[in-house]
Amino acid sequence: MASSATALAAKTITLEVFRYLPDTESEPRYDTFEVPYKPDWVVLDAINWIKDEVDGSLSYRWSCRMGVCGSCGMMVNGEPKLTCAAFLRDYYPNKIRVEPLAHFPVTRDLVINMDDFMGKMEKLKTWMVPKEPRTIEQGEYRQSPRQLAEYKQYTMCINCMICYSACPVYGLDSSFIGPAALALGRRYSLDSRDGGADERAEIIQSDQGVWKCTFVGECSRVCPKNVDPAGAIQEGKIEGTVDMMKSLLMPWGRK
Amino acid sequence: MSIPVHDVLIVGGGGAGLRAAIAIAQASPDQSVAVVSKVYPMRSHTVSAEGGAAGVIKSDDSKEHHCNDTIGGGDWLADQDAVEMFVEEAPKELIQLEHWGCPWNREPDGSVAVRPFGGMKIKRTWFASDKTGFHMLHTLFQTSQQFDPVTRYDEHFAFDLLVHDGRCQGVATIDQRSGEMRIIGARAVILCTGGGGRIFPFTTNAAIKSGDGMALAYRAGVALKDMEFVQYHPTGLPGTGILITEAARGEGGILLNRHGRRYLQDHDLGTPLDVSDPRHPQLKSMELGPRDRLSQAFYWEREAGNVFEDEMGSYVHLDVRHLGEEKINKRIPFVRDTAKNYVGVDCAFEPIPVRPVVHYMMGGVDTDINAATSLPGLYAAGECACVSINGANRLGSNSLTELLVFGKRAGLEASRFARENPQIAIEAIAARANDEAARLKSLHTQGKAGEESIAPLRRELTSAMEEGAGIYRTQAKMDALCERIRELKARVKNLRVTDTSRTFNTQLVNALELDFMIDAAEALAFSAAARKESRGAHQRLDFRARDDDNYLAHSIAHRTDGDPKISYKDVTITRWPPKERVYGK
Repeated sequence: MASSATALAAKTITLEVFRYLPDTESEPRYDTFEVPYKPDWVVLDAINWIKDEVDGSLSYRWSCRMGVCGSCGMMVNGEPKLTCAAFLRDYYPNKIRVEPLAHFPVTRDLVINMDDFMGKMEKLKTWMVPKEPRTIEQGEYRQSPRQLAEYKQYTMCINCMICYSACPVYGLDSSFIGPAALALGRRYSLDSRDGGADERAEIIQSDQGVWKCTFVGECSRVCPKNVDPAGAIQEGKIEGTVDMMKSLLMPWGRK
Repeated sequence: MSIPVHDVLIVGGGGAGLRAAIAIAQASPDQSVAVVSKVYPMRSHTVSAEGGAAGVIKSDDSKEHHCNDTIGGGDWLADQDAVEMFVEEAPKELIQLEHWGCPWNREPDGSVAVRPFGGMKIKRTWFASDKTGFHMLHTLFQTSQQFDPVTRYDEHFAFDLLVHDGRCQGVATIDQRSGEMRIIGARAVILCTGGGGRIFPFTTNAAIKSGDGMALAYRAGVALKDMEFVQYHPTGLPGTGILITEAARGEGGILLNRHGRRYLQDHDLGTPLDVSDPRHPQLKSMELGPRDRLSQAFYWEREAGNVFEDEMGSYVHLDVRHLGEEKINKRIPFVRDTAKNYVGVDCAFEPIPVRPVVHYMMGGVDTDINAATSLPGLYAAGECACVSINGANRLGSNSLTELLVFGKRAGLEASRFARENPQIAIEAIAARANDEAARLKSLHTQGKAGEESIAPLRRELTSAMEEGAGIYRTQAKMDALCERIRELKARVKNLRVTDTSRTFNTQLVNALELDFMIDAAEALAFSAAARKESRGAHQRLDFRARDDDNYLAHSIAHRTDGDPKISYKDVTITRWPPKERVYGK
């Protein structure tokens, strides 16, 4: 008796969830679910509850549920968010609309296709191109805490795609390399151990690179890890301008 | 049917898998390497590791100390030849990661900084603030992208090993995006799929950690070793089980019961020093004791009524306030963020509620020191494998290093095997496609005919595991658990998969994962019930002492049509004869 009374009194919250199976369905629809409301639940908990208790066919990605694996980015009431870090209490008692990240092709339901980004990382050489190769026996490179701080924030990118989803430029033209990949390129170019900046600059300064950015700054605003891709992009523009001036003024010097 | 064939196929794209792939690509650029991962590699659970990676580099440390700490920490169940090799290779691998760009924290002179961790006599943990696993994984992933011979099969779920003529020659996978089954041939296969913490209800482990590789090997006739040893990390957040890194204690954090007492002193872990004492935290003492002992202390505190009990469940306090905001932000910023987000506590001003949580499986696929299993062509590395360097209790910060050392080793060994054994039975492997497809289809088209639903069955499994194989165990409870597993093993064959579409069918994958989880749980439960002693993380209320006469041996579980067959295998003891484990003295 007591338990059924509690159940009756239990609070719920409404989730409207984007559903779409492009192979067989001509257009998306929204399914509505009444989900138990718990103030310490995140949107991902609510989605897991739906999958476990109501509709096992709902498709989405998730894994670590602690904001570090980068799998569970979705649009939550129109804002790109990590759903493992978006608390129901911040929306209750209003309903929550959950959609796949904007600006990407939808594979199914809340699952997007992120091939484009994976290709861009490779293009940009987001890995260490050693300035002075060292053997293991020579030990570690020396890098002062200050040199580490130069690039550290750009290493914090979890590749969650939230910045792409917020970027109006990428939304209009997906050939734009985009915020996360440019920030990762910057991360290596700023590292005192790296010598690959010139190789990366070809892409960074290309038509698809930093110059496509109109400095809206949404990428930095939405980043769940406080990375500042917009800053990386502006630094890239300044560097490109300086290099261009150098090549005009000193054509015999470094390209 | 034409199938892709690779020299080496790696299942799993976490730290061990990527390290293996890079090792092969660098040493043998003519060989083709496949990385099959059920998630994009940078989503792998290595990403969640926080505290750091152990390797001897400072002049006050020595390899002898690292061996001693690891072997004693593992309650003498580690193979000492493997530990020595591991300790020797560890710093080289961490330097290699440094060369690839890992943003290790630094000393003012630019050398790599180290921090203390539990069970260590000398501090030797390399760290990248408190997101070490994240930085290691992304460094490895980004590094791996430059190698053309590495082909990635992202979001492919490996559901069977293809064994022909007594040799592993490939895997059967589902390409999750298309839902197509894909058979991939390989001259050698390495399992790097991580552990299976999800068989427990309360775990730090990510959703993907369902023991896949353990079950794949087990089904192929390979033994699972030391599966009863499950590490409870002493400091998880109540409710979610999200980890608060041991680095919080390494930096000086203290554990308090509800009376405000540093209760570890009552559990033979040493005498506390005041937090203002410059000698605090003392290595290998109190809060820097080993994880198994700290989690066991919590159990007894709860029995004595000394822990907090409220709507969050039972917990104690982890207090880092005395470190001050600046140090907290610099050394353990993720702890502050995580506690703020998930329990609403700002640790600069309030203690963090914590309790023990399932964190790591010391056991896994039985391999030798070269990562080879008993099945020719099959290797394993990382948490899914058991070499064993971790024995009955892993030391914090050895697992990240283990990924590198044994990932590389597995890669090079598998590469050599592939070169020496180039002929594989491609047609026989391809012919398996029909059987495998039929098996999958039977799951698919079961439709509403099956009676069991995934989520309730998974809950039954996980709660049975907690009840029967928790921090303290008894024969009666473990026998009851074994009985439950027999039942679940039958019922999982009757799972209902209501989602009949092919594209990104996560329900189908979840069903296959649950089937794997039950296999891993079976080996664990039966190995635990058979070990009638207390050692490391396997603690029994009915056999409180370690019994070296009868159980200084690895448990070996082989799958059969009925209960698993449990046998034992000698531990390799070289220079460190078993003695009493002593902390805080």
